[in-house]
Amino acid sequence: MTTTKHANLSASEMATRIIEPPYKVDRPKLKLAHEIDHVQFGLLKTPFYQRAKTFSWTESWGNWNGYANALSFKDPYVEYFSTRNTCGVYDVSAMCKYRIRGKDAEAMLNRMVTRDVSKQGVGKVAYNVWCNDRGRVIDDGTLFRFAEDDFRLYCAEPNLDWLMLSSAGYQDLEIFEESDDIAGLALQGPTSCALLRAMGLGEVENLKPMELNFFPFPIKNPVKNPTNNSAKNSAKKPTGEIMISRTGFTGDLGYELWVKPELALTLWDELFDVGQLYGLMPFGEEALNMARIEAGFILPEVEFHGALHSVKRDYDHSPFELSLDWMVNFNKPHYNGRQALLEEKEKGPKYRLLKLDIEGQKVAEGSIMYSDKACRNEIGYVTSALLSPATKANIAMALIKGDAVDGPLYAEIYYQTELRWHRKVSKGTIRTKPFWSPDRARATPPGNC
Amino acid sequence: MPDTEYDAVIIGGGHNGLVCAGYLAKAGKKVLVLEANDNVGGMAASHPFADGYTASVAQTLPQLSTRLIKDLNLKQHGFELAHDGLPTTALDIDGNHIQINGSSLHGVSDQDNKAYLEFIQMMEKYCNAVKPFWGKTPPRIGSGNWQDNATLAQFGWKLRTLGKTDMAEFMRVIALPAQDLMDEFFDSPLLKAALSWDFNVGNKLAPRSPNNAILNQLLRNIGDLAPANSYNSGAMPLPKGGMGGFVSALQKSVESLGVSIQTSCRVQQVVVEDHQIRGVLLENGKKIECPCVISNADPKTSFFKLLGARHLEVQFAHRINRNRNKGMVAKLHLALDDLPGFNGLKQINGRLLITPSMAYIESAYDHAKYGEMSEQLAMEILIPSIQDPSLAPAGKHVLSANIQYVPYEIKGGWQQHKPALLENALSKLEQYAPGIRQRVTAHELLTPQDLEAKFNVEGGHWHHTELCIDQWWMNRPTYGASQYKTPVSGFYLCGAGSHPGGGVMGLAGKNAAAEVIKHDNN
Repeated sequence: MTTTKHANLSASEMATRIIEPPYKVDRPKLKLAHEIDHVQFGLLKTPFYQRAKTFSWTESWGNWNGYANALSFKDPYVEYFSTRNTCGVYDVSAMCKYRIRGKDAEAMLNRMVTRDVSKQGVGKVAYNVWCNDRGRVIDDGTLFRFAEDDFRLYCAEPNLDWLMLSSAGYQDLEIFEESDDIAGLALQGPTSCALLRAMGLGEVENLKPMELNFFPFPIKNPVKNPTNNSAKNSAKKPTGEIMISRTGFTGDLGYELWVKPELALTLWDELFDVGQLYGLMPFGEEALNMARIEAGFILPEVEFHGALHSVKRDYDHSPFELSLDWMVNFNKPHYNGRQALLEEKEKGPKYRLLKLDIEGQKVAEGSIMYSDKACRNEIGYVTSALLSPATKANIAMALIKGDAVDGPLYAEIYYQTELRWHRKVSKGTIRTKPFWSPDRARATPPGNC
Repeated sequence: MPDTEYDAVIIGGGHNGLVCAGYLAKAGKKVLVLEANDNVGGMAASHPFADGYTASVAQTLPQLSTRLIKDLNLKQHGFELAHDGLPTTALDIDGNHIQINGSSLHGVSDQDNKAYLEFIQMMEKYCNAVKPFWGKTPPRIGSGNWQDNATLAQFGWKLRTLGKTDMAEFMRVIALPAQDLMDEFFDSPLLKAALSWDFNVGNKLAPRSPNNAILNQLLRNIGDLAPANSYNSGAMPLPKGGMGGFVSALQKSVESLGVSIQTSCRVQQVVVEDHQIRGVLLENGKKIECPCVISNADPKTSFFKLLGARHLEVQFAHRINRNRNKGMVAKLHLALDDLPGFNGLKQINGRLLITPSMAYIESAYDHAKYGEMSEQLAMEILIPSIQDPSLAPAGKHVLSANIQYVPYEIKGGWQQHKPALLENALSKLEQYAPGIRQRVTAHELLTPQDLEAKFNVEGGHWHHTELCIDQWWMNRPTYGASQYKTPVSGFYLCGAGSHPGGGVMGLAGKNAAAEVIKHDNN
């Protein structure tokens, strides 16, 4: 009778019991904050960090999935121009990467995404979105197909939970996270192909947009800069392969290079060893953002709010609202949200994401959109805006109510001059093509310059 | 739509599948019922388990309604009752048994007797309040559909007409653990345990579990074959020939209505093309084309094995996957060469419960909860051959017992533990009926895994999936399929995993048929 035993204890005895339990607990000694590397820095370091940091004049780091992500290195505009005039590298190691393997992999993915995965060939990459049951976009990402039964999904935010939910009812299937097992660099810009060829990656020029291939790596052995002769450095360098996909987020000619983390520094060094002649420099998120707005690419949590964490009804978006109509395929087997999307297609979407050319020079960042110059009838809002360096245009992306897209569009712009706030109403003109889309981004082989 | 031989194919010849077929046939539909086993009836069938001895497989006591019997002319097809309302005896090891017969109690204090009258008065009120909704398609919330809104309004109105106090009480007790409810009314531990038996039987719930309490009792009381004005707690009808008697009448009835039944015919896959149901593919490779397929299987089997997750939405499939469907009841059949004698019991006239106290039941549950088995088993015993001699050779008897809290999965596996389960059950019986062991000439013991394998019910659950508040009414088996119609056009559910749930009453089949006819007319 344990209860009576307790009842017989005096208050002080009870207190003693609580302070000194009758058993000993061996607790590991906790480290202090300054003893933990990433606590000091506040962020985890990607496999390229060690090199990237040597280029950073601004020491400006953002947080991407817990990893230090350079916002800029020196000057965002100079970095941006590397993607348009020479080439630059952007560290994409922090992306989430999921492997989906097995006989049921294609069927499972085909049920998850809106495009037809069965039509995606081996060695091809496809941009995809996936929706919840109501046909609202959860996230977007690129799906790489390595074999009939082997895929990898890249996305900016964690999606393992959704992949696991989507796998219920499939038997021959294996899903696991590879986010920390692969380091990635996006090499973007007109000289990117030439640089890779100069490095010795011949035949890379035959890669068509949205194709991938594997090459032996490292190309040179041993690597440069053996600064000391420690046992670690003299040990045999890991060898392996590099996966190159002709993909990117700048809208220009570019590739993404994927290696095992232990090969990351070798890759960086080999690139920069040859890269000087090709105008290679690292670029940060600010430069990338300019490039992607010009390319008309949408960004999660900027253009759309993910359906799984949207609280307010209809504050999330359907693919139609994001003007991704071309990705919604009704001629494939069932996929998540299909029925809701079919109904939406009949009714017409509530919003449309439009690319706008805004008159004047004032950037329409965060602007509310109206159908009249007097700003009485609100019809939407700007999601991204930029004075486009390449096209010298004042560009924006805006979500506009479905029934207002054919009418006049005005942005109410607030801007500051020497701290004084001003207001300007500027007309917007719809652009159907991306603001920046050079022929070289599609040419195969691209120019060897 | 191409011309096909049948208007509807029903997968599974359990009683709900047959009832559904019957109502569809009455509406002029050509119906084919496919049953994987050699006989129809599913878990509601009777089968010989030893030479000359027959027992109802899982359920023994149906909650049938006169309406169903009339609609399907079951009496003309041989349906008869062996007994219209069996009383219950709560066994006491020293012979101080409690008899529960409708609204009267024997063997309890005056105070408990008085409390019992109050208790059944309360329960009858609640039964009447929810009764109209068991035989009706559950409403959806927020659909904007007038029929859904009308059902919800009617439900609200029905509760409101209970009166202010009773409505508030209903809202309070609906999810109350059985223990609390019993403690509020009664003193006798044996009485409390016996009255709470029907609250939890079949489910992974015990007296101290919140979530369902009176819900199962309300469903159990929907039959109206027992004598009028008797609270059904101890009074359930016993069909002649066991449950098989009922099923055989049902089979004859639906066949006379033109329904085709094919037994030993296992469906491998429901065929979907262009997002439409096209029919079923049999295991023998034959394809039967049909635009309407109705599944009497449990929800997980229906959606994952027969249809395939690829035809479903992710979040919907996840909810089906999360359905709690692990059975908790084993069935024991004993062939006895003579009637056993129970301590201090002059005559066995109904069902017998071995439930000394709620703590006893709870303790048995605690073991099962963690994948173990209690040596102290809680049991519900019937000797149906007393009322229905056709079940056993002359002078001999069949004992049929539900053993509650036998986990679906047991540490070490059932192959290892089954002999111990049988031994525990026999020694428990021996305590109450000394000498019974010597009378046993044959036995059959079915664990939830056996039920799963024998009757193609994933989890081997009595009700296909737990019957409790979160899997009830508009959430049975989950929203999106609670109106028998599923997200895949032309695919319907009609089994116990749909509203109103398990037990033998045929309402899921009847309600499903009404929905199929409604959608056909639109």
